[in-house]
Amino acid sequence: MELTKAVLAHIVSTDDKIHSYVTVTQDTALKQAVDADKRIKDKSATALTGIPAAIKDNMCTSGTKTTCSSKMLENFVPPYNATVVEKLNDSGMVMVGKTNLDEFAMGSSTENSAFGVTSNPWDYDRVPGGSSGGSTTAVAADQALFALGSDTGGSIRQPAGFCSVVGLKPTYGRVSRYGLVAFGSSLDQIGPVTKDVTDAALVLNTIAGYDAKDSTSVNKPVPDYTKALTGDIKGLKIGIPKEYFVDAMQPEVRTAIEVAIKQLQELGAIVEWDVSLSLTDYALATYYLIAPAEASANLARYDGTKYGHRATDGDSMWDIMEKTREDGFGTEVKRRIMIGTYALSAGYYDAYYKKAQSLRRLIWKEFNQAFSKYDALVTPTSPTVPFKIGEKTNDPMQMYLSDICTLPINIAGIPGLSVPSGFVDGLPVGLQILGKSFDEETILRIGHAYQQATDWHTKKPALK
Amino acid sequence: MKLTREQVIHISTLARIKLTEDEITRFSDELSDILTNFDELLAKIDANVDPLILNELSGVMREDEARPSLTQDEILSNAPDQEEGCFKVKAVLE
Repeated sequence: MELTKAVLAHIVSTDDKIHSYVTVTQDTALKQAVDADKRIKDKSATALTGIPAAIKDNMCTSGTKTTCSSKMLENFVPPYNATVVEKLNDSGMVMVGKTNLDEFAMGSSTENSAFGVTSNPWDYDRVPGGSSGGSTTAVAADQALFALGSDTGGSIRQPAGFCSVVGLKPTYGRVSRYGLVAFGSSLDQIGPVTKDVTDAALVLNTIAGYDAKDSTSVNKPVPDYTKALTGDIKGLKIGIPKEYFVDAMQPEVRTAIEVAIKQLQELGAIVEWDVSLSLTDYALATYYLIAPAEASANLARYDGTKYGHRATDGDSMWDIMEKTREDGFGTEVKRRIMIGTYALSAGYYDAYYKKAQSLRRLIWKEFNQAFSKYDALVTPTSPTVPFKIGEKTNDPMQMYLSDICTLPINIAGIPGLSVPSGFVDGLPVGLQILGKSFDEETILRIGHAYQQATDWHTKKPALK
Repeated sequence: MKLTREQVIHISTLARIKLTEDEITRFSDELSDILTNFDELLAKIDANVDPLILNELSGVMREDEARPSLTQDEILSNAPDQEEGCFKVKAVLE
């Protein structure tokens, strides 16, 4: 209860500058804190009981607004919980609020929210990354002890890197997406945003597992991920794919990543530089055809009939529907629906969507070949430090390029972890660790060992 | 791939999104830019393999057992307009 009250008070005093939250759920939090205190007293507490947490506002929370940061869902109150929320509730979590995102999780900067931009706690003039920007700023600024994000092309890892927190995208199928508002269904995955790797393992323990309500979740046993955190990475083989060190990479970021990799070497890992993933260049186009195509299909449901915004002025059903979608969606969402509709339209399907899905197989195969030689791959999470608010809003192609290191991972469905790995002029740099499908244990082990040897994850923004 | 004004309007009709004049011009330029970029790249590579579907499954069935579902009130709780327990819309057939 004291912890919950302290976090709620801290949100009040800091969130006018950062704007992590779309909704602060004080009443729910205080009620859950009372329950948590009871569980602690009667010794039925879990590792997450009583821990104040934030949920990205694209995961359904029964009785609490779930807006996707869109005017379309401004007043949408789900009548049910997402499976991940249900599992966290069962573990005794205290939900302090719903966090801001790029509308429908489409974006890399949390600037595309209908409810205002989120600022990076390390420099209020810069973006926190996106689309789970509100979740990563909340954890970075101690407005929550952990958060959930969703990751379709880097939306957990890229903002985690930009805010100097830990972000994990689990393997596709490891965590149920039931109740996550769908964006790109073959790419979306929910994962933890935390202060350190141990916390990420604890949260993953709670949310992972098969769910009959999500037919893409995989029925595999869930290990105790904390057992993987041995601190020992001696003899692990780590490959460094050279294509992730792109031309546009900031030299200081490159240096920070090289220092981090050398640290892994000192911890006993066998590092091989200059590994080639030659199809990396094709990942961007592959991603930005598949994700919008799936989004255009998923977002067809927002027609103003069963829930969400509905335009009132119109003569016919079609007229109202077109106006509903005109007012309800922001520019980036419209842009992606347009790209996706085009890529799926008669005469273009084979050239775009089908070719992208075939390229996807080649990219997936290339990762599998790499993982036959290496236990993990290590790359930068982003080629640059956080950019200025407004810097890329008028150039969608430049914005898309900021995800160049994270989106190939969703194409292949493998897990990826971003850990804080230094600063350039006071701005965070993230290190990305990639693993085989369903081998979150190895990447968590590497991230944890790295955090035993470094203290980047303990640094806090000054918040002024 | 240069998208004409007419193509942009056609796509927006397929997507059921009304666009303003400004948006038509803006999307015509931006989507052309994005697609040209992708076209150049995709032209450089053959991909004569089957499309990839992750965690492919077929015929997932659940037990045929009755179970609780949302109530009518819950289903209608977010409806923009309703009447007599139904979602209300303008006439579909005229």
